[in-house]
Amino acid sequence: MDALYRDYILEHYKNPRNFGMLEPHDLEFHDHNPLCGDELGVHIVVEDGKIADLRFHGQGCAISQAAASISSEELIGMPVEEVEGLDAEWVIDQLGIDISPTRRKCALLSLKVMRGATTGDASWPD
Amino acid sequence: MTVATRPLVDIRADFPVLQRSFNGKRLVYLDSGASAQKPRQVIEAMERFYSTSYGTVHRGVYELGREATEMFEGARERIAAFVGWDPACSIYTRNATEAINLVAYAWGRDNVGEGDEVLITEMEHHSNIVPWQLLCEDTGARLRYLSVSDGGELSLDELDAVLAEGRVKLVAFAHVSNVLGTINPVEEIVRRARAAGAVTVIDGAQGVPQLPVDLGAIDADFYAWTGHKALGPTVGMLHGRRELLKEMRPFLGGGHMISRVEREHSSWNELPWKFEAGTSAIAEAIGLGAAIDYLAEVGMENVRAHERDLTHYGLERLAEVDGIHLFGPRELDRRGGVISFAIDGMHAHDIAELCDREAVCVRAGHHCAQPLMRLLGVAATARATFQVYNSREDVDALISALHGARKVFRL
Repeated sequence: MDALYRDYILEHYKNPRNFGMLEPHDLEFHDHNPLCGDELGVHIVVEDGKIADLRFHGQGCAISQAAASISSEELIGMPVEEVEGLDAEWVIDQLGIDISPTRRKCALLSLKVMRGATTGDASWPD
Repeated sequence: MTVATRPLVDIRADFPVLQRSFNGKRLVYLDSGASAQKPRQVIEAMERFYSTSYGTVHRGVYELGREATEMFEGARERIAAFVGWDPACSIYTRNATEAINLVAYAWGRDNVGEGDEVLITEMEHHSNIVPWQLLCEDTGARLRYLSVSDGGELSLDELDAVLAEGRVKLVAFAHVSNVLGTINPVEEIVRRARAAGAVTVIDGAQGVPQLPVDLGAIDADFYAWTGHKALGPTVGMLHGRRELLKEMRPFLGGGHMISRVEREHSSWNELPWKFEAGTSAIAEAIGLGAAIDYLAEVGMENVRAHERDLTHYGLERLAEVDGIHLFGPRELDRRGGVISFAIDGMHAHDIAELCDREAVCVRAGHHCAQPLMRLLGVAATARATFQVYNSREDVDALISALHGARKVFRL
């Protein structure tokens, strides 16, 4: 089995969870990875301060799509204010694979977009 | 077909980095369109200069300074001769981007105004888009794009129609597209633009490294290119028409570009030094001279024939890969050594990552051509580009890496 392209990574890439549009939505953000031009957006519905539902949309590599798909399952139900405290380690743990420096931004794009939507701060997560 | 004046195996042996292997796999470098590898002749020329003749240029009364100046100016003369242009109108710059910016600032700001149009094309690299966007923002001119056909080519009829409206002040376009490989009909575009009173700027970054280039025949007003894609170090060149360069204000002010400095104003040095403020990248210029000598020895007709052969072979073999999409013109006479491709079910980043495991270096991304990517309907492509040191075996290694990548992705 490939160390990076594990079965579950490829499975999430080919069948991403919570992908598409969500209308109406309360929060949204759209951003891109300047290195490769990959784009990712998110729509979020908030109920009682929690992420009631969300959808990612856009295009990207297996790593960025799997990161969005896997983390979406953790993000639904999470209090919106907790998103601010999520860091790069959180996403990489979710992915469960070693990420080389050249692929780091691929892994972090979905969290960047989530933080842009919930906090307005769209800087790259540390 | 003549391939090269020397067997290719010898040519590969000239490039020290190509002797490396990664995890026991021979390095296959297919990213020369981004930056080319350097032959030992270039590396040694720079080392020799630093070891035996280093001094700053145009300053020293001492012998060392004279030697450095001779080497620096000698390189300029050989580089200018290589592309068929006057050395006095051949300016060293930091890179092709700076060369284009030089025109946008020093010519553009004084000659383009509100109501004027700057015409570029949809196949440009960001280096030939953003300087013109900034020029238009500053002057109130309008930026227009010539469209790229599904076959990856420009339309001269469309060019004529836009020029006929009478507002185009400047036309800027690539000699060879860094994504599609399209070799544009530069002489024809220049002729038509000039007839309409427009100044022409050619981005030759992908032209000089792989085609015989005769600037006298192309006859553009400005031609920019960069050494690092032409087997040389990171130094750029701008070749310009003397009348325009003479009347232009300087780009950057500072030392060396002046004739006399008063308290309130200054007068300018002669061409080309008027545009070379500060201390130039001296060793890099000398290294580029050595790169040009190397390419001249191989012969640019042979380089072109070799890259044409590899492109032909590459297009044929890539078509064997299931789910592949190939971009750019099919006609080999109108295409340089660049092949961009996409594979269904696998992103370009993942293609490049899996190729790297086989020590095959390909580029993945938008290739600094985001408007073109949007036109092609993709966020990114993978791209293989060829240079004189590549061989059919390199193409075979790429194909085998792509079959392996599809297997990893269970395609």
